[in-house]
Amino acid sequence: MRILKFATGAMAALSLAAVPALGATLDDVKARGNLKCGIDGGLPGFSAPNDKGLMVGIDADFCSALAAAIFGDKTKVKFTNLTAKERFTALTSGEIDLLSRNTTATLTRDATLGIDFTYYNYIDGQGFLVKKTLGVSSAKDLNGANVCVQAGTTTELNLADYFRVNSMQFKPIGYETSVQTREGFDGGACDVLTSDKSQLAAIRTELKQPDGAVILPETISKEPLGPVVRQGDPQWGDIVRWTLFALINADELGVSSANVDEMKAKSTNPDIRRLLGVEDKMGENLGLPPGWAYEAIKQVGNYDELYKRNIEPLGLKREGSVNALWTKGGVLYAPPLR
Amino acid sequence: MAEPLVFEQKPSRLPPVSEIGAWKWARQNLFGSVTNTGITLVCLYLLYLLVPPAVQWALLDANLSGTDRSVCQANPDGACWTFIKVRFVQIMFGLYFGSHPDEVWRPVLGFAILGCLLFWLVWPSTPHKAKVGLFTLFGFPLLAYALIQGEWFGLPAAPTNEWGGFLLTFTLASVGIVVSLPLGIALALGRRSDLPIIRALSIAYIELWRGAPLITILFMASVMLPLFFSAELDFNKVLRAMIGITLFESAYMAEAVRGGLQAIPRGQYEAADSLGLGYWKKMILIILPQSLKISIPSIVNTFMSLFKDTSLVAIIGLLDLLNMAQTASRSLEWKGYDFEAYVFAAFIFWMCTYSMSRYSRSVERKLDTSKRG
Amino acid sequence: MNRKSRIPAYRNPAIRGIAAQAVVLGLVLWALLTIFNNTVGNLRARGIQTGFDFFDQVAPFAVGFSPFIDFRLGESPYWLVFLIGIQNTIIISVLGIVAATLLGFLIGVLRLSPNFFLSRLALIYIETFRNIPVLLQIMFWNFAVFLPLLPLPKESLGLGGAFFLNNRGLYIPRPLVTEGIGPWALLIAVILGLIAIFALQRWAKKQQYLTGLKPPGLLYGLLFAVGVITLVFLLFEPLKFETPELGRFNLTGGIQFPLPLFSLWFALTTYTASFIAENVRGGILSVSRGQTEAAQSLGLRRAPMLRLVIIPQAMRVIIPPTISQYLNLTKNSSLAVAVAYEELVNLWAGIALNQTGQALVIIAMTIGVYVALSLLTSAVLNLYNRRVQMVER
Repeated sequence: MRILKFATGAMAALSLAAVPALGATLDDVKARGNLKCGIDGGLPGFSAPNDKGLMVGIDADFCSALAAAIFGDKTKVKFTNLTAKERFTALTSGEIDLLSRNTTATLTRDATLGIDFTYYNYIDGQGFLVKKTLGVSSAKDLNGANVCVQAGTTTELNLADYFRVNSMQFKPIGYETSVQTREGFDGGACDVLTSDKSQLAAIRTELKQPDGAVILPETISKEPLGPVVRQGDPQWGDIVRWTLFALINADELGVSSANVDEMKAKSTNPDIRRLLGVEDKMGENLGLPPGWAYEAIKQVGNYDELYKRNIEPLGLKREGSVNALWTKGGVLYAPPLR
Repeated sequence: MAEPLVFEQKPSRLPPVSEIGAWKWARQNLFGSVTNTGITLVCLYLLYLLVPPAVQWALLDANLSGTDRSVCQANPDGACWTFIKVRFVQIMFGLYFGSHPDEVWRPVLGFAILGCLLFWLVWPSTPHKAKVGLFTLFGFPLLAYALIQGEWFGLPAAPTNEWGGFLLTFTLASVGIVVSLPLGIALALGRRSDLPIIRALSIAYIELWRGAPLITILFMASVMLPLFFSAELDFNKVLRAMIGITLFESAYMAEAVRGGLQAIPRGQYEAADSLGLGYWKKMILIILPQSLKISIPSIVNTFMSLFKDTSLVAIIGLLDLLNMAQTASRSLEWKGYDFEAYVFAAFIFWMCTYSMSRYSRSVERKLDTSKRG
Repeated sequence: MNRKSRIPAYRNPAIRGIAAQAVVLGLVLWALLTIFNNTVGNLRARGIQTGFDFFDQVAPFAVGFSPFIDFRLGESPYWLVFLIGIQNTIIISVLGIVAATLLGFLIGVLRLSPNFFLSRLALIYIETFRNIPVLLQIMFWNFAVFLPLLPLPKESLGLGGAFFLNNRGLYIPRPLVTEGIGPWALLIAVILGLIAIFALQRWAKKQQYLTGLKPPGLLYGLLFAVGVITLVFLLFEPLKFETPELGRFNLTGGIQFPLPLFSLWFALTTYTASFIAENVRGGILSVSRGQTEAAQSLGLRRAPMLRLVIIPQAMRVIIPPTISQYLNLTKNSSLAVAVAYEELVNLWAGIALNQTGQALVIIAMTIGVYVALSLLTSAVLNLYNRRVQMVER
């Protein structure tokens, strides 16, 4: 009898738990008191621990900015390191609230994996890194080469397309992680390493002889990277998207972490006043406190600060690149906050 | 008068030099025949080729001083143990303890307690072995968790997903063994049960998990497990790896336990039956105590291979001993010293598995003689 | 018997057995059903599409190593990738099994050598290799030994301009069949050679039976076969050899064993051989001492004694655990992920899984292949065991 009772009880408990239910993400995040953010964790410039063991990089910083917008405290983030393989399952299963792991937006992913792309925090393109001793100056000369690539990424697909279109042969050496890819290239398992150009710049600095390798001029793909959310929670998608827009608008309006207090107090520009929550409480439309963008900018910085702090040390200038603002010849264009 | 003839016993002559001591041993084992002599010489030459350079590299010329790579770069012919020294805490206990040197005493104390317990168990003449054994198996893990994770004792929390290095390797293997032992016993009993459905289910379970490589099971645990359960259950990655390892391990454990069950003579079962004991009483009081003792060597062997296999979690991105050593050797500061990292990790693994295999062999021998006696 | 002493139904072992089974079966079915429901629910709730539709789609990535199945980038579908994965798993397994068996037997016999140094060296080998995780060994050989120590393609280690070794792999000449009668002549020569070997061996046995002296029949046969085949090669040129040549980046042509395959093969062989050596040692020790003494009293030296008397008897003990080592080797080949050799787990459960996101189907198929393989092996093993036991009686 006892056993039977126990069994029925356990069954009831388990079948209750068995109903898959993902509530409104914002409510969950607020109730939990922290934001669970999925990152790569080993990619300098995007997300990697610094000397003090804190996660930094443009992807990691965006998570901090979002935490600042929601809680007014950028430290309320729990980072989870994810491999390329795990990232989407981790997001859809609710293990993380936000995937900010240099993920390229593509139609197939958007349509079949139960995820939504919000906007882009870095626009990248794929390139090639070769040893100088090979004397290659263009990607068109790579016929017959061994190519190190991170397996299972869009990079691998672009690589296949590029060689096919140019009717060249190649042998892919597909490693599981970007670190192994670098090791393979450094050790001589392949002649060429292909990856997003931002990563090539980072990888090049980590080679045994950085001067012995060169990045070829060709960019063979579009890689818009940005934060990703689960499908089916439009409110949460809006929050993520508009927090990113707020950082970009702040860049455009010249509001930075250094002058945000001054701007808040003195600015007469209605765009800035709306952004910082002085006029028209924009945050409330999203379900956030009025000072959401103020906190994000104050604690983490605007887009330009994120870029300068994280990406430029890799040797990638923002000026003149696609990642510049639309007013400065780039493509970064955020809708107005109104 | 002739002197009386006195028989004096002479001391027996020593055996010829070639038949005693080192010389005989050498003659028998090294220079018995032409071929044998040849082999000996080749072996000596091989040893000459291998050992001196290895000793030179690993000990005589090795670098241990200093705290950065400049020391090793100055002397590239020797091993760079400076690297291991600087990253030691990280490689043994993971990132959290690597960056919180004040908390390192926690895992150290945990391992020290475990060392004492194991010593108690292995030492031949200590009392209360069974109780201590049960505590080691089921009580100690809780204590160690509380100590190392820390929150229950009001210490700063060291979250499990920041455990790493040897600590993680050991934790994964131990949890695997502790949880899979009861599961394995149940499955082994199921496989030898008279009830056809239970037997079939047990066989299906065992063959399924034994047939698949651990890496696919770990992939499954890391990618598919979240789909199997309701979204509210929140597993972190370490926990998912543990689930995968336990599923896998319980099948192997079942086979180890089954071996012991099969070795129990039929008479024991019949004796228990004739006493009127029911199935569970028969098993728990008569059969299992005997068979588990017989299975100890195979259980230790299973643990040994599981201990080695936990290194596979490196592939799903957990920072176990192997992955931690590798990651350390790929950091900007210590780039290029992967040889040292592998050798060090291999040495730790080797020490653990080798001592376990010695132990299991000695138990085997003891059981063997008792049977003959 | 009165009514009182009748056993109540709930104490009847048969009924209890059925009840227990029903409960267990119910629980298992319920658990499976829950998992199934959860999965379907989760997939639907998260908008993930699952199914086998991607099978016929063109695989959008390149496969680097596929010696027998022709993979065409941009044309070959996903199911071909699955087959290539199985093919490459089989290649590494077969290579590994052959090499590990040879090395394992050698080490096992050496372990029992009367020479002190030799047996100790074998012991050190065994204890070192079997106590270190195989993944570590694979990575060690690939990343810490072969990759940095072998030369780049331009400075390949060559042997006679036909065999090359560099840090991209091992290259050997590829035989190409020529047009005309050459290949047929070669075929005939090979058949003739085999017949000669067979016939001469029978003749030698007969001679031994009649005279007590055994002429070296095998040697004569081999000499004849080699002679005929050489003659055919000189006269008809039945085969041409495509030797590897240095291209702009790599050696091209010939048969190529890429470095990941080579490292994996090396590591799996040395690791598994240490276990097989222990099996061999155990098997030889299990043959009773009387057999050794009997062989010695017949005047057999150590080598023929092992070959003719001991090992045939030891095989019964050696084979079953060795087959399970073969199975382990096959399963361990899945660690190729670490060094980028494209076998089933790396290619299918890795690359294809990532590109399609179809975790459920792909992982289930992968596990299915291995389980099928292992069941097949155990079936063969059980058959073998039964046969051997009957022979024993």
